[in-house]
Amino acid sequence: MAGLFSRLVKRTGASILFTIDGEAVEAREGDLLMTAILLHRPALRRFEFGESSRAGFCMMAACQDCWVLLADGRRLRACSTPVEPGMAVIVDGDPNG
Amino acid sequence: MADPLVVIVGAGPAGVRAAETLALAGLQPILIDEAERPGGQIYRQPPAGAVRPGIYGLEIRKAAGIHGVLAGLGAVDYRPRTLVWNVFQDRLDLLTIEGHGEQRFDRLILATGAMDRALPFPGWTLPGVFTLGGAQIALKSQGVSIGRRVALVGAGPLLPLVAHQYVGAGAQVVAVLDVTPFAPKLLQLLGLAAEPGTLAKGLWYTARNRMQGLAAAYGVRAIRAEGKRQVEALIYKDAMGVEHRIACDAIGASCGLRSETQLADLAGCAFVFDQVGRQWVPQRTGQGRSSVPAVYLAGDGAGIGGADAAELQGRRTALAVLEDLGRPVDLAEAARLDRRLARQARFRKALENAYPFPDHLLDDVADEEMVCRCEGITAGALREAARDKDAAEINRLKAFTRIGMGRCQGRVCGHAAAELLARASGVGIEGVGRLRGQPPVKPIPVLGGVP
Repeated sequence: MAGLFSRLVKRTGASILFTIDGEAVEAREGDLLMTAILLHRPALRRFEFGESSRAGFCMMAACQDCWVLLADGRRLRACSTPVEPGMAVIVDGDPNG
Repeated sequence: MADPLVVIVGAGPAGVRAAETLALAGLQPILIDEAERPGGQIYRQPPAGAVRPGIYGLEIRKAAGIHGVLAGLGAVDYRPRTLVWNVFQDRLDLLTIEGHGEQRFDRLILATGAMDRALPFPGWTLPGVFTLGGAQIALKSQGVSIGRRVALVGAGPLLPLVAHQYVGAGAQVVAVLDVTPFAPKLLQLLGLAAEPGTLAKGLWYTARNRMQGLAAAYGVRAIRAEGKRQVEALIYKDAMGVEHRIACDAIGASCGLRSETQLADLAGCAFVFDQVGRQWVPQRTGQGRSSVPAVYLAGDGAGIGGADAAELQGRRTALAVLEDLGRPVDLAEAARLDRRLARQARFRKALENAYPFPDHLLDDVADEEMVCRCEGITAGALREAARDKDAAEINRLKAFTRIGMGRCQGRVCGHAAAELLARASGVGIEGVGRLRGQPPVKPIPVLGGVP
């Protein structure tokens, strides 16, 4: 699946492995969770109130559009949370689950 | 007697300069910030350990100045990654990585900053639509572009700046569309010349964009994003009314800025309607005093002035705090700051007039469009409540429709909802009032620390 974001400045930090909907993907140290997901996917989550998806909006922790769900039950605001190794992100799951 | 406890909320240009001024005067202020590193949004840094993308354009020295201040000041108790989610009397409610906490204060400086003023248009909730500020943060904090083919649309100085920064970083920008006309920009040149350096930069960005084949279109109307599951195109009408369709996968769109005012509201500050910025802001004197004796306001959180004005206000407000605490104050410095702030105010008025509020975007919002991104509340629902339930005031509209009650607490939908209500009820924008702030000002977990 093509990502929405594209990297313009090369990241030299350590590789960070995490999963999106079970698929193993790679990020770099210094990537926010939002960046890490959107470099691989066109969206961050399903919308709870209709048949659509969301990919964040303000990127400054104000609009709260980018909350994502992890398989361990954590909900994280992706634009203000650094990606960590082993995070298991659910993008296409039940948004109310 | 112990030193008075001065707490500053927000480590952008205003908060950092306020902390610096207080520390140099011998106090030990506490500087609380939600982000991991200082700079605010305008000088947002990449996460610790990451290489700086290095794309501040002409502002790199100012950014480096703000980023470096705290390192040289041992006296500032700097607390990053700390959310202030409530103000109650002389106490702040906090959330940190460790969990919930409190902070008492004798004096409070709120330097809470601003965010993009978003206005709804068809398709604005599709994945791939971001604010212009968001598009800029993606670049300067993360070194990424919001898409492969990016269209930029809106009003305000961020539009040519983001275009310039994106092109400079190697992104493909396919359109720069200004929803305000060109003529007011010429008419305001004299006022804009109050800050010749800033005007020169704006002209430079615009000229560079043009040389790179990115001439902005002005007076653009009827914008809409189309796409099945994500953005595939931006459609708009030019000033002559001719429709254009631009293939793109991402859009940066917003119309100026709005102040982050919730904490000032919770602190009990009186509000006034700012005609220049077309929004309700906490009332402040030129020296940064609010209507509440222990509470001070600096930077864009109490009216939009931009980063340069925010630095000046941070310093000026700290001097007011020192004066009120009976400490010695450099009166010549205070007078110098007052003069520079007066010039900034002239510049800001001209700048707002150069980008007049794009009423046509609100007039065009159809009933089925979502105004609330959080919960999907439509323009039609708002109009119906205004018409059938006589909700002529924004908090009544909120009670009937839940507008402003979602996760963003009205940050994104509030202005558009007020504008739509003003149109539906025939009351002026000032007359519909403002959404009251409620704690927590941002979502907080019942258990655990800052996410």
